[in-house]
Amino acid sequence: MLSVSKLNIYYGESHVVHDAGFELGEAESLALVGRNGMGKSTLLKALIGMIPARRGTILFDGADLKDLPSFRRVAAGLAFVPQGRMIFPQLTVEENILTGLETGRYRSIPSFIYEFFPVLRDMKNRRGGNLSGGQQQMLAIARALASRPKLLILDEPTEGIQPSIIKDIARSLNELKKELNLAILVSEQVLSFALEVADRLMVIDRGRIVREAHKDSLNIDEVRSYLTV
Amino acid sequence: MSFDIAVTQLFNGVSLFTILLLMALGLAIVFGLMGVINMAHGELMALGAYTTYLTAKFFEEHMPSLMNVYLFFAIALAFGVTFVFGYVLERGFIRWFYNRPLDTLLATWGLSLVLQQTYRSVFGAQEVSVPLATWLSGAWTVSEGIQLPLNRIFIIGLTALVAAGVYLILHKTRLGLRARAVTQNRAMSSAVGIDTNRVDALTFALGSGLAGIAGSVFTMIGSTNPGTGQLYIVDSFIVVVFGGVASLIGTVFSGFAIAQAQTTLEYLMSGSMAKVSILLLVIVVLYFRPNGLFAPKMRS
Ligand SMILES: Nc1ncnc2c1ncn2[C@@H]1O[C@H](COP(=O)(O)OP(=O)(O)OP(=O)(O)O)[C@@H](O)[C@H]1O
Ligand SMILES: [Mg+2]
Repeated sequence: MLSVSKLNIYYGESHVVHDAGFELGEAESLALVGRNGMGKSTLLKALIGMIPARRGTILFDGADLKDLPSFRRVAAGLAFVPQGRMIFPQLTVEENILTGLETGRYRSIPSFIYEFFPVLRDMKNRRGGNLSGGQQQMLAIARALASRPKLLILDEPTEGIQPSIIKDIARSLNELKKELNLAILVSEQVLSFALEVADRLMVIDRGRIVREAHKDSLNIDEVRSYLTV
Repeated sequence: MSFDIAVTQLFNGVSLFTILLLMALGLAIVFGLMGVINMAHGELMALGAYTTYLTAKFFEEHMPSLMNVYLFFAIALAFGVTFVFGYVLERGFIRWFYNRPLDTLLATWGLSLVLQQTYRSVFGAQEVSVPLATWLSGAWTVSEGIQLPLNRIFIIGLTALVAAGVYLILHKTRLGLRARAVTQNRAMSSAVGIDTNRVDALTFALGSGLAGIAGSVFTMIGSTNPGTGQLYIVDSFIVVVFGGVASLIGTVFSGFAIAQAQTTLEYLMSGSMAKVSILLLVIVVLYFRPNGLFAPKMRS
């Protein structure tokens, strides 16, 4: 479904991601782990089109998305939950979710969204900006799901969220994966969360993908060594 | 006696308010929501005014019996013409200057000169005016001392309608939702699937169409010449900036405050002194509240 190869991403002249490549099939899940500043967000943003990739290909269902604007990639079946959530602060919770309907694959907000995140229904008419960090994270996930994606990309969904909510989010993601036949690509620094939601792990170090394997065949201690300073 | 004066003053204030608001609404969208400094916005109003002039001519010649209602056709047509013009303008011109405010300023200023010259070649340098429908001339005599011009009352009603329409479009339609999302975070809007290019074009077209309506309505209170737009544009910018960019409510309150202050001051001193006082007031307020009266409170 998704096949990334030799992707190179720059900020001006500084070369941040080097020859990144990986595959992700339908309903598979993959975690991208690495320390601060290793290039996780850069790679994920380039996949959704928020920053350009200079060289390489992003094949999705056979089409190269590399030079398309973000909204066309969403139309193709990608959805993105960015680091820091980036919900629309002045829009209400409901309006935030409604913005996700642009693809037209759902005509109105599907009921499973409020079933998974009942707190969003209770806060439907509040401004997004007035929600707590954890609630904003759920809202950002809900907004992404409203486009009915095939692949959900999440950038550090656990950042700044208390452990009990992290567990909730992991559980929700696992159920959503099954229920919607959703593929997931998630970047993480919390290894336990990555292992809980993903089948496969890949490690990014200074902009290069240095390990990639199924979590059962992976040397966890080695992965951990990449995550500690 | 003093009661009559108070009522008349209030009415003048409200009347000026609606005129300012009508001028500022389009700009509140183009400049306020989209952040585009369109120096040719006044010329879009002039386009609406000339469209109205042509419509009046057409009715005069071909359907004189309908002269009493031509204004409604003219307003709709002025909206349509400036909307389409705005759409084409955004796609073919404005969008190449996004994120370059200084270039936008220069380019649209150049555009405004081109448009003025075009109007001069097509319509001549002298003023043109349209006949006022009979049911709009005259005044409503409330009491002996209070006479309220009918065309002003009409403008007040129409502005209320247009403002309500803009509110509904922004808050109850998908285009409005998209436009508000794009205003808050363009990159993220695209990443949730919103076709930001189309939203830009439609939003700009809507703002332009509103300028067209304003220009059309102003033919009822003044004549039109190629430089008419320049008269409107300064006041429009003052209202929008004073109210706080990206705040429609701010635009409404700012228009109201400026109009009431101006009519009151005009009663007490000469017109130009009143204008100077208003400008000083605006400058002082903007010094202390650089984002305008109603800057949106964002939680970053
Ligand atoms: N806008 C930018 N301009 C220039 N350099 C940038 C920019 N954004 C990120 N970088 C640099 O690119 C590198 C990778 O950053 P990135 O945000 O992708 O890291 P990350 O793995 O997501 O880190 P974190 O876990 O802290 O979110 C860093 O060295 C960072 O300083
Ligand atoms: Mg990051």
